[in-house]
Amino acid sequence: MATASEEFKKPAPSSVLSNSRVALVGNPNTGKSTLFNALAGLNVRTGNYAGVTIEKKVGRCNLGSRTIDLVDLPGTYSLAPRSPDELVAVEVLTDDLENEPPVELIVCVVNASQLQRNLFLVSQLLELGKPTIIALNMIDAIESRGITIDVDKLSQQLGIEVIATSASKRRGILELKAAMERQLASDHLSVDRERTLPASFYQVCDEFREALIANACTGDSEDVDAALPDDYLIQRMLLDRGGESEKRVIHRLGGGVLPALSVARQKLATQVGDAIDMECNARYAWAKQKLTGVIGESGRASSQITDRLDAVLTHRVGGLICFVLVMFLIFQSIYAIAGWPMDAIDSATGWVTDGVTSVMAPGMLRSLITDGVIAGVGGVLIFLPQIALLFFFLALLEDCGYMARAAFLVDRVMTLFGLSGKSFLPMMSSFACAVPGVMATRVIENRRDRLATIMVAPLMSCSARLPVYLLLIGAFVPTTAYLGGWLSLPAIVLMSMYMVGVVTAIPVAWILKKTLLRGEVAPFVLELPEYKVPAIRVVFSRVWEASLAFVVRAGTLIFAASIVIWFAGYWPGDHTHQYELETQLESVDADTANAETLQSDLQVESARLLEGSLLGRVGHAIEPAVRPLGWDWKIGVGAIASFPAREVIIATLGTIYSLGGDADEEGLAGAMRASKHPDGSSVYTLPVALSIMVFFALCAQCVSTLLVIRRETNSWFWPILSFSYMTILAYLGALVTYQVGSRL
Amino acid sequence: MTTLDQLLPGQRGEIVRIEGVDGIASRLREMGFIPGESVEYLRRAPLGDPVKCSIHGCRIAVRSGEAKRVLVQPIG
Repeated sequence: MATASEEFKKPAPSSVLSNSRVALVGNPNTGKSTLFNALAGLNVRTGNYAGVTIEKKVGRCNLGSRTIDLVDLPGTYSLAPRSPDELVAVEVLTDDLENEPPVELIVCVVNASQLQRNLFLVSQLLELGKPTIIALNMIDAIESRGITIDVDKLSQQLGIEVIATSASKRRGILELKAAMERQLASDHLSVDRERTLPASFYQVCDEFREALIANACTGDSEDVDAALPDDYLIQRMLLDRGGESEKRVIHRLGGGVLPALSVARQKLATQVGDAIDMECNARYAWAKQKLTGVIGESGRASSQITDRLDAVLTHRVGGLICFVLVMFLIFQSIYAIAGWPMDAIDSATGWVTDGVTSVMAPGMLRSLITDGVIAGVGGVLIFLPQIALLFFFLALLEDCGYMARAAFLVDRVMTLFGLSGKSFLPMMSSFACAVPGVMATRVIENRRDRLATIMVAPLMSCSARLPVYLLLIGAFVPTTAYLGGWLSLPAIVLMSMYMVGVVTAIPVAWILKKTLLRGEVAPFVLELPEYKVPAIRVVFSRVWEASLAFVVRAGTLIFAASIVIWFAGYWPGDHTHQYELETQLESVDADTANAETLQSDLQVESARLLEGSLLGRVGHAIEPAVRPLGWDWKIGVGAIASFPAREVIIATLGTIYSLGGDADEEGLAGAMRASKHPDGSSVYTLPVALSIMVFFALCAQCVSTLLVIRRETNSWFWPILSFSYMTILAYLGALVTYQVGSRL
Repeated sequence: MTTLDQLLPGQRGEIVRIEGVDGIASRLREMGFIPGESVEYLRRAPLGDPVKCSIHGCRIAVRSGEAKRVLVQPIG
């Protein structure tokens, strides 16, 4: 305890040695991400806070005389932590996290058109006793409506600097940087804590603090001062019954504090009544008072454009039609636009393979490079365009304000199955990747709702499944077009694959909410922000982050898997005869009879070697189990090898088929089409392709997701449950698909 | 006196009180649903729930069950 406590209150490291740390906080929908992006650009590192899975986003920003580390905290309406997620922000702001440098300055992003509500958070921030600056963002939106804000007066009344900004138009950024520089140069690490609530409240707090000290002296804690939480946390403990601050402090100081807490709460109740009532009334009254004479009330408070758009987009009929259209447009675009960059990557992969083949003699190393490395990683990289596009659309929907409308529209549907519209965003994110999706469930306050969402989020078809779908659809689904080319069969099949997961998620969530996660329906309060033109920079920085993460993943995990798979398919076996044939083949002219004979000899030899390899043996061993799904041993191997990550199946199949010597100019898709059973019938028919797709739509072949679930739920139970139920569903789904499909 | 979910589209009401002391009551208060504040009922979602209202110049969606806990005095 004592050593950990010392860590908490370590004195600030000299700013000469490390960059000053500045925290960026604000309500959701204040343009905080845009401002973060304007300040830090792409100079951003992302990671996780120790022990929790809150994304830690730190950007480097140059202020002229100094460089700062800008920490982007999750958007929040209030610093009253009700979940571990919300507590992290408080811990960062009160310098209460191990191994995190102290925050020297807080920049609070405030939406100029919702000043009063935003000042609620500001009033809480000012209780922290840290230098604070307000970035009065989206000032252009309010000016265009004819409303004026007296920024100087606001600054004067609040007693802190207020800088008018418009992050999306890059207005006020230099002024904001200058203000930050001024504050940091003034060397004031702490300022007086604002006291917005009634004096009697602070008196009870002080008494409670004394009681905590007294308790700590008799307890096992040696270093009382260091172990004592920040004053703000003590206040929250009194205010939030059953809140996260209470749990945290009890965890740190022991259950001995409970009697004192109950005494203090009782006293508070007799003096001020309901604590939350008192807090909210006092803070809003404070905000109202600070805003007197600040806002020129000549224009409209809210935008008419948003009202008009909402009249259509949340209309009883039109709204639902628009929703379906938007969703379909996204899937159709991913399919249509990504074509040409994919072709380019495909050609580049072929070009590199040819280059390596022409300079190296046949042998193990060449086989490793072309069949293992290039075939594996190249086959994954080719899907980068679609992933970038999907993240592009997700970021676009979120930034323009439509995502909240989608939650509004579908909430009723989600409640039927025990979830809320809030589960929509994590589920939608899971279409990109279940890892951020599972992490995004932290916006769901209710634990049961959150767990149910975590359990079904991996059923949403993530970007790693997309390669599998695209490969198989491209190879086996005819490109029939309907409605004059607006609707194509491949797009319909692709959308159906996405629907498989969605449709399965409904009964799964329903069953969970009726059994393991039984209880009352959780609350739902959702802000519908004003529509705005999406900030292109924010959208692209999200696409960039996601693409980078995907490439890095393809470059490490999948690369490693490729090498392992290549080795398993190469060893054991004597490849001397294969190399002789390759050398001969490369020395003769193509299109001659001799070349054709050599080619077919080589294929037979390669296939023989592959079947005798480790991979071939494992594949044959499990063949009886996958036979009812219409699969051959190669597909079975792919499914096993893709346990670390789904997209590995592409690399595996790529490796298997190029090792098998089947690969021709058409690449993997062609090799699969050409693949035959021993009796001469095609391995891949449409039902087989669909069966594989359904299996991958439902399976839990992703170690990252399972590990994130483990961290988020802090238990092995949930990831094991996820894996088990999804694998069983995947097998059954594939079985039904093949058995029904092959009889039609 | 009535509850928020009983107002007509476009009708305003002055908040009298919020019932309950749980998480949802706190969240409503933090979002500005406090006594004396004026709230406008805007529309229902296509499928009947949640309802959209406007408070502090901001559009907020709450479920009917939650809107029932906001006691209001209709204005006009």
